[in-house]
Amino acid sequence: MELLSGAEMVVRALRDEGVKYIYGYPGGALLHVYDAIFQQEEVEHVLVRHEQAATHMADAYARATGKAGVALVTSGPGATNAVTGIATAYMDSIPMVVITGQVPSHLIGEDAFQETDMIGISRPVVKHNFSVRHAEDIPEIIRKAFHIAETGRPGPVVVDIPKDMTNPTDRFPYVFPKQVKLRSYNPVTKGHSGQIKKAFDLLMSAKRPVIYAGGGVIMGDASEELTELAQALNYPVTNTLMGLGGYPGTDRQFVGMLGMHGSYEANMVMHHSDLILAIGARFDDRVTNGVDKFCPTAKIVHIDVDPASISKTIRADVPIVGPAKAVLEEMLQLLKASKKTPDEEATKAWWAQIDEWRQRHGGHFRTDDSEKMKPQQVIEMLSKVTGGDAYVCSDVGQHQMFAAQYYKFNKPNRWINSGGLGTMGFGLPAAMGVKMNFPDADVACVTGEGSIQMNIQELSTCNQYDIPVKIICLNNGSLGMVRQWQDMNYESRHSQSYMESLPDFMKLVESYGHVGIKVDKYSDLEAAMVKAFAMKDRLVFMDITVDPHEHVYPMQVPRGSMRDMWLSKTERT
Amino acid sequence: MRHIISVLLENEPGALSRVVGLFSQRNFNIESLTVAPTNDETLSRLTVTTEGDDRVVEQITKQLNKLIDVVKVVDLTEGEHIERELMMIKFKASGAFRAEVKRTADIFRGQIIDITPNTYTVQLVGSSSKLDAFIDSLGSTSIMEVVRSGVSGIARGEKVLSL
Repeated sequence: MELLSGAEMVVRALRDEGVKYIYGYPGGALLHVYDAIFQQEEVEHVLVRHEQAATHMADAYARATGKAGVALVTSGPGATNAVTGIATAYMDSIPMVVITGQVPSHLIGEDAFQETDMIGISRPVVKHNFSVRHAEDIPEIIRKAFHIAETGRPGPVVVDIPKDMTNPTDRFPYVFPKQVKLRSYNPVTKGHSGQIKKAFDLLMSAKRPVIYAGGGVIMGDASEELTELAQALNYPVTNTLMGLGGYPGTDRQFVGMLGMHGSYEANMVMHHSDLILAIGARFDDRVTNGVDKFCPTAKIVHIDVDPASISKTIRADVPIVGPAKAVLEEMLQLLKASKKTPDEEATKAWWAQIDEWRQRHGGHFRTDDSEKMKPQQVIEMLSKVTGGDAYVCSDVGQHQMFAAQYYKFNKPNRWINSGGLGTMGFGLPAAMGVKMNFPDADVACVTGEGSIQMNIQELSTCNQYDIPVKIICLNNGSLGMVRQWQDMNYESRHSQSYMESLPDFMKLVESYGHVGIKVDKYSDLEAAMVKAFAMKDRLVFMDITVDPHEHVYPMQVPRGSMRDMWLSKTERT
Repeated sequence: MRHIISVLLENEPGALSRVVGLFSQRNFNIESLTVAPTNDETLSRLTVTTEGDDRVVEQITKQLNKLIDVVKVVDLTEGEHIERELMMIKFKASGAFRAEVKRTADIFRGQIIDITPNTYTVQLVGSSSKLDAFIDSLGSTSIMEVVRSGVSGIARGEKVLSL
């Protein structure tokens, strides 16, 4: 049997997991591992400029493919820099394996150079973490890490490896376990048939039903089943921020995103429904608004792979623990075998009501009090130029909400954003992670002049590895979402929300070897954007000046019900 | 309502910190906590008492079950169960109060496990409320020190918490 060092086992086990790229940054505790990486060609390492970016790249790869991404960071500051990325993945249930270097075992606890208790620091933001105590355990631990990260409700797993575990002179027989068994970890693989039947009966008798689908549909690869079921029933579908693309965004039955910045009709449909079929969604506070006023007439069927998500904030009438795909397949079988059909009269009346809500605003909530370019127009243009088929990787803020509202996602895994943690700086590394794995696809980073500066150093990585993403920077010269809240709740006292001393982004991106395009007028936008996307092998940074006074609407009134919304600066429901 | 939650835990380094961390992270409260290895050396048994309504306790058991190192969880208060806690309590005991401590300890079936000319140390085993009652009946003024183990619990009858 082949003898490998711990360092070689790390790399070999990743290869055996089918890993193509590791995103990382070297350091003292990882030197043995980096030497092992150097001496092989099967797993490619991508050197970022900051460890946070490595985690976001790995995370975005996972969001686009459903498979765990891998980041490799050294001990101490390398590990702590990765924490934001780990927490980002944790909040959105994204599979990821983060390997962190650690000081040698005999120094642990001695406040050694670049020592930090990564097991302790990462504990609240990981699905699980491992500390390697015997080098020969490395292949099994890595297999377990991937198994835990990718199954059940996915999440990030940290593997902390003290330097002496990777010593090149200590060699062990290498065996990669095909399967691992954890006696305390058995994620459900199907739903309870009795519960599914109960839910099905409720679905058949509903008068004003709505399907509320979240990120669990995307990560659970259940988009097809959801679409088939929804269309067979002719029921309206709303997606959460994490669920966009899980149901085709241009389909008639899609009523838009719901929640704080959800569409008028989605929030109205929810509020007035008599049955909510929740699939892979967790009734987040950005969705429910005031929980005591949430959807007063609705019965709730809740499908989730994580039992702890069910009845956590909103009590479910019919809980179904199971993966979205398996449960929906079973529902489809019931539907095909059953003589029952949805109440056609009631559904017709329900759609008439929904169409009335739709017409009231037609999906447009921009305020037209200035001549300036509207951020919404930029996103609509992006949707047009890319044919609605791009991977859109967003940063966090107003631009994120505009992208969610105005880009029509027809496919799952195309909308990549930090929904739960709301991590500014996510967008660019996320776009990079996607582009490297889908080199032929259009990949856009929708960002603002605030967010982009949180990981702008990655323009250098893009240069090194030729990662031609398109950066769509909605530049309003301020932290737009903060400013919006200050406008609405603090009498427009714009405390610290103005980005003074912005760099000249054109010169900046040119200095990194990329192309910059500045757009100030809407009339120039289309040509500029077409030109940007036509440059297939160049990173293009579009610095687009937009109206700084624009707000994101609709916006739910805090602690109100789903239907309590601001629709413009002056109009309320 | 007070709940006694029993957990079988992998006897691994760091496993306990995951449980304790979960409680603070999710704003669950811990009234008492005991943990020790079992007859199966790969497993620890942990007992936590907590206050919370049904929704909170449901979340506690679900979140505990999600921890990879947690093998099994049961809310003992859902069924017939026995709870015990051990207390050692040191009194300033002189004059007539010395006899009073002895008498009360006898009534509560406690034992005096250490004596000096001025102190008595009483050991008492029972439910938490029995220990509370003992403290109340002797008043707090003469108490020098109280050590309580925290609650351990076990289901009555045939029911067991095991692999």
